[in-house]
Amino acid sequence: MSGPRIAGARHPRWFRPHVSTYWWLRRRSYFAFIMRELSSIFVAWGVIYLLLLVRAVSHGASRYQEFLAWSVRPVVLAINLVTLGFVVYHAITWFNLSPQAMVVRLRGKRVPPLWILASNYLACAVISAFVLWLVLAGGG
Amino acid sequence: MAEQITMQVARYRPEQEEAPTFQEYEVPCPKDWVILDGLNYVKDRLDGTLSYRWSCRMGICGSCGMTVNGEPKLTCATFLADYAPGPLRVEPLRNFPVIRDLVVEIGDFMRKLVRVKPWIVRDDEKPVSEGEYLQTPQELDEYKQFSMCINCMLCYAACPIYGLDQAFIGPAAIALAQRYNLDTRDEGAAERHEVLSQHEGIWGCTFVGECTEVCPKNVDPAGAIQRYKLTAAMDSLRALVMPRGSR
Repeated sequence: MSGPRIAGARHPRWFRPHVSTYWWLRRRSYFAFIMRELSSIFVAWGVIYLLLLVRAVSHGASRYQEFLAWSVRPVVLAINLVTLGFVVYHAITWFNLSPQAMVVRLRGKRVPPLWILASNYLACAVISAFVLWLVLAGGG
Repeated sequence: MAEQITMQVARYRPEQEEAPTFQEYEVPCPKDWVILDGLNYVKDRLDGTLSYRWSCRMGICGSCGMTVNGEPKLTCATFLADYAPGPLRVEPLRNFPVIRDLVVEIGDFMRKLVRVKPWIVRDDEKPVSEGEYLQTPQELDEYKQFSMCINCMLCYAACPIYGLDQAFIGPAAIALAQRYNLDTRDEGAAERHEVLSQHEGIWGCTFVGECTEVCPKNVDPAGAIQRYKLTAAMDSLRALVMPRGSR
């Protein structure tokens, strides 16, 4: 039964380097990636906060005022400021990666990656301006 | 006489030691020497016991990938002088078991490569008498970038996902699958989909992007993976909306 021995997936004499728990501190790009992954938690918090706001509004003026009072507490304010930072980071890093994932063709020619990047930022600027106008016009 | 540079080379002799150590060698550093020239100098003149892989010396065979000062590099395409005054550290490719010195075990990659069928798959082969499968330059451009892969595995060494989860099929294998999926002569996309759509296929990738950064042939494996994710997601959506006519 014993034929020539072929080394399997594991061999007792191979050296298998251990991956450190802090591998993500080894390179700047790894750190940037882990921060992008971490930012998802803050993006999720942003969504929950928005849902809480909608819920407060739907329960009437007094609940809305309570929500606002809660929102200006230093801890909530600090969390929301950190959230804003992470959400912006999340958006920018994903915008920057999008040309790699999207291949768009116009009249048979591939649209340059820079155009895709620029269109992302343009769309973001237009939507932000619209939201700002909506808020300011509504406030006035 | 050309200036000298110190190379700190990882040594692992399993019959002698439990873990790799470093050995220093002084090698000449002329402008036109690549790191592989330095290693060959060590092997020929200083220490014949050093083991490493190399073949073509011109960035085609993909054999001489190593970790140079912490970065995955093709040693035939990286100049010694760029690391002057040194010292520079040469280690085996990361994320692979080390057999000896700078030689890593690549069986895992070879097995994964075969799983994605990186060759033209046809439902029916037409007879030779009917001529070639013709293709336009535009159709060639669709996959040409991905066909530049030389299987050097630098992308696997740079990928933290592969380092943490060896089940991940990895950047080069997926890029090569895309190379054939995008080829108009190929009809094997559905067969590859079985492998690529698994969790350890494209969905294992979290788009770190380092595979593309280190690729010496500008293949952009990260782009290939994200493009395939889009294709797979659209296919799933189509199957959901049109269960009978999606394929």
